[in-house]
Amino acid sequence: MEFLKSIPYCAGLGVDELDSIRKFIFEKTAEKGDIVQLEGESAGALYFVVSGAVKLFKTSVEGKEQILGIVRPWESFNDVPIFDGGPNHVSVQAMTPVVLYGIKKEDLEVILRSYPRVALNVIKVLASQMRHLVSLVEDLSFKHVISRVAKILLEPPEDGTGGRPRLTQQDMAAMAGTAREMVSRSLQALEEIGAIRLDRHRIVITNREVLKEMAG
Amino acid sequence: MFEMPEIYQEKCNGCGLCVSVCGCKALVLVNNIISIIETEECDWCTQCEAICPTGAISCPFEIVEELWEPE
Repeated sequence: MEFLKSIPYCAGLGVDELDSIRKFIFEKTAEKGDIVQLEGESAGALYFVVSGAVKLFKTSVEGKEQILGIVRPWESFNDVPIFDGGPNHVSVQAMTPVVLYGIKKEDLEVILRSYPRVALNVIKVLASQMRHLVSLVEDLSFKHVISRVAKILLEPPEDGTGGRPRLTQQDMAAMAGTAREMVSRSLQALEEIGAIRLDRHRIVITNREVLKEMAG
Repeated sequence: MFEMPEIYQEKCNGCGLCVSVCGCKALVLVNNIISIIETEECDWCTQCEAICPTGAISCPFEIVEELWEPE
């Protein structure tokens, strides 16, 4: 019950309403690394993460993984295929051991008809997801992102004392105006073409000319 | 001393997600606050930084240039 009170879908609901919804919930667990669902499969349920975390990703035909988000406790996934009736639009993998609460599609329809407040909460959740995805779409002009990341590596900011401060991937993302996941992919791509080498906490520029070419 | 990710304990909410995702057992919760164990197994995967919801873990990169001598 405490968990239900905390999730956005159930915001503003009373104890009796939460108790009714609780009857529809089933529990599912997964070990670290388990694939919870695959892109393209039929979506049977909406899931909420109770403990642990899962990553949402798509895989290209070349086998490259694009992470679309990390879902942590009290957040949900499968909202889109459940509401639009299509297949799973992403694959889901457990990043840690996870406990999930699920609601089957047909049971969700009963809940939405019985408690209109839930429908309003669903709209807010979907709107928030849409905002995140629009931002990611902006970043998917990958060529521009890799160029910006290459520039940052060529000319990292100075710290005022003549030194070069260390940068996290989040720092580089903020500087490049992109998402952390895109910086990670850019670094991997730059390593693949031989411009840099990732050596634990060091980014080693191995070929400045290639890096300059990527920077444009 | 072996370079390890930076921990900001004042930001840690004790959720333990980083401990679960770490593949080299470098992270441990002590009194519900994250601590780090120095280990050469840490390959700087940055998964702990990515999964932390509060920014309590940081994996900064040092950008250096490889020096090479012509043959």
